[in-house]
Amino acid sequence: MKFVRDFLDKIKPNFEKGGKFPWLHSTFDAFETFAFVPKTTTSSGAHFRDAIDMKRTMTMVILALMPALLFGTYNIGFQHFHSINPELSFFEGFWDNLLYGIIKILPIVVVSYVVGLSIEFGFAQWRKHEVNEGFLVTGMLIPLVMPPDVPLWQVALATAFAVVIGKEVFGGTGMNFLNPALLARAFLFFAFPSSMSGDNVWIAQKADAFSGATPLAEMMMGAELPSTSFWDMFLGIMPGSIGETSAVAILLGAAFLLITGVGSWRIMLSVFMGGALMGLTFNLFGSNPYTQIPFYYHYVMGGFMFGAVFMATDPVTAAQTNKGKWIYGILIGVMAVLIRVVNPAYPEGMMLAILLLNVFAPLIDYYIVDANIRKRMKRWKIKGGQNVQ
Amino acid sequence: MSDIIKIKRGFDIKISGKAIEKVSSPLVTSYALKPTDHIGITPKLMVKEGDRVKAGTPVFYSKQNEKILFTSPVSGTIESINRGEKRAIEEIVISADSVQEYEDFGTESLASMQREEVIEKLLKSGLWTLIRQRPYSTIPNPELQPKCIIISGFDSSPLAANYNFILKGKGAQIQLGVDVLKKLSSGKIHLNIRANETNADELLKLEGVQINRFEGPHPVGNVSVQISKLDPINKGDMVWYIDVQDLAIIGNLFVSGKVEKDRMVALVGPEVKNTQYFNIKIGACISSLVMDNVSKDNNLRYISGNVLTGKRIKENGYVGAYDNLVSVIKEGDYYQFLGWIAPGFKKFSLSRTFPTGFLNLLPSKFRKPIKIDTNMHGGKRALVLTGEYEKVLPLDIYPMQLIKACIIEDIDLMEQLGIYEVDAEDFALCEVIDVSKTDIQQIIRNGLELIRKEMGE
Repeated sequence: MKFVRDFLDKIKPNFEKGGKFPWLHSTFDAFETFAFVPKTTTSSGAHFRDAIDMKRTMTMVILALMPALLFGTYNIGFQHFHSINPELSFFEGFWDNLLYGIIKILPIVVVSYVVGLSIEFGFAQWRKHEVNEGFLVTGMLIPLVMPPDVPLWQVALATAFAVVIGKEVFGGTGMNFLNPALLARAFLFFAFPSSMSGDNVWIAQKADAFSGATPLAEMMMGAELPSTSFWDMFLGIMPGSIGETSAVAILLGAAFLLITGVGSWRIMLSVFMGGALMGLTFNLFGSNPYTQIPFYYHYVMGGFMFGAVFMATDPVTAAQTNKGKWIYGILIGVMAVLIRVVNPAYPEGMMLAILLLNVFAPLIDYYIVDANIRKRMKRWKIKGGQNVQ
Repeated sequence: MSDIIKIKRGFDIKISGKAIEKVSSPLVTSYALKPTDHIGITPKLMVKEGDRVKAGTPVFYSKQNEKILFTSPVSGTIESINRGEKRAIEEIVISADSVQEYEDFGTESLASMQREEVIEKLLKSGLWTLIRQRPYSTIPNPELQPKCIIISGFDSSPLAANYNFILKGKGAQIQLGVDVLKKLSSGKIHLNIRANETNADELLKLEGVQINRFEGPHPVGNVSVQISKLDPINKGDMVWYIDVQDLAIIGNLFVSGKVEKDRMVALVGPEVKNTQYFNIKIGACISSLVMDNVSKDNNLRYISGNVLTGKRIKENGYVGAYDNLVSVIKEGDYYQFLGWIAPGFKKFSLSRTFPTGFLNLLPSKFRKPIKIDTNMHGGKRALVLTGEYEKVLPLDIYPMQLIKACIIEDIDLMEQLGIYEVDAEDFALCEVIDVSKTDIQQIIRNGLELIRKEMGE
């Protein structure tokens, strides 16, 4: 790889102070560090460092998203052809399904990355910062929470909104308090409800005769149980957002995140616990059919699983203390099921539950840290009274 | 037998090049005093180039407290005074005589001396500077009394010297050193040792100390971790601490009346050919130790102290005032093609995104020693991940919150979050594993210094 290195070394002076394009330094740096981990050595503190860096961490999340992306791609195609021919079985016309899915999803992914990264690079350049890797994950999450038929200009608009209003105005990566990918979806949900809800958007170019209602929508309409079987929902053979349908694919990603230690097991576990808690409570006290479904149905319907594994665990917008993560997670699970069952306006409670708890996460942390502070203050008072202000 | 105090969080990084138990006494002709080894000291010189000094002659004093003297470890000639940025004094180099002369500090019996006389003797001989205090890790003000004194009887940092070995034969002097400490403070004197591993009679038979047994991974040897379990520091509290080897130097002063800053120093690290111990004095030049004894690669980093908290020195640099270790590792100024995605079978990592991360789940005795270098392995980024620092910080402290409080220089918040209970060294492991490559030790040090200046100490 010496020629790549030599080439980079040759053009590098152009992007430094006094070079031809000093204003492109962040961009050059992003591409250079993509090709090569820099040769910087420790200058203060510990003399050696762990081999892990932000790029690798974010790459792990993207790898974890791959099963959901691949399944989602295939499912787009399958759902489309299935709506035309309801007799179609899942693996019939495999290549057609896959090809159709790729044609649908590729533009969405490209738009999301191009729009988002352009803004990220622009801001990094403007602030004279390095380009943070966070958007590599966000840029993949956004397509996966979109309906397959979403217009591309809406993807572009939502991405721009999420990056600028959700992240950059607060100071960029690490400073935002709302999950950017969910914000993109919420933006579309409220700004263009017709593209984000109803029975017509969850299957790409659905045949008119086919119902196309998602299990969540069926439950909202008062069904006893969704028309899709539990196992089909678990596998993900149903209409829905691109990456959210398959619990199996998402659980594969979750396993990867937990094995590598990149995702927080505390948050994942507690979201499921919260969902179960609320589901069981409804079973006890509820009166309509939606309250009576087994709690694990909530896991496989809509975006619950995807949210628990990939959205709630975003370290920047989640609670930061370990105790806080439990509270944060449980409340997300509780709120998601609560919103789904009780609120007739929003079929998908997960997105709103996570965004709501994103807002409350700093408050949760505040009280957890405050307890630590109080303990310390109490000790000061007992032992060294006169020294306490 | 007291109960064993167990520490769970932390990590023993096992690096190759541990010192074998062999000692030699090399001829060292160049020594240096480095004011920068002492936190919060502005040196005022008492000598000039060409002056003659004896072992124990004051070389400079602290502008902040004129009574605190820093004395020469050897007799000889002041060879040079090396200055750095803004003409700050970095090194006062002394070339040693072949026959040593000593200042005489008298051999009056310790038993008959008052606290003030003991302090006076320690200050004049320059051995007061071997004692440090928490918070801040500065040399304490002799007019104040600590609530207790901690003697660290083991070191848990990577490649640390084996205290069972380096203390051999120093028992009587150490005991005398303890007796000196008892004159200084009416508070408890804690001797902290490693459960099941410390077996030196020099420590186990000491009188007048409370022996505490600790067990667990690094940073179990850090004063902050130990004190948090024994007698946590509150605002306004002060604790003194001293290394047990230095206690022998103090004890010796009261027997012989001489300043003999003898310290056994280990030369360690993956790049050292023959790792071993050396009998040298504080401030000795390392060139005779490392000459022909390191790997041929001349792109090496020499560190006075351990690889987590030590200071970078040159290959002809000097051992720091509080160090008993010289570590040598490779510089890591190389590029790694697509290093962020490559499997990295040989890289050091606690993260399970590397195969080696899984090996690091094993207890340290089952792990193979590894080689390390100084590569950062990535660029600096925003603080994004959470819950990572907690895994290696065995204190009841919220590390991320404290680090952020230090960055925004909010003194009230730092106090509330427990800044008085920590030192920069406690965050060394956090810094090593940090995905954002933040220089955390420097941030904590800056926070501590800000408060110290604000408090006028």
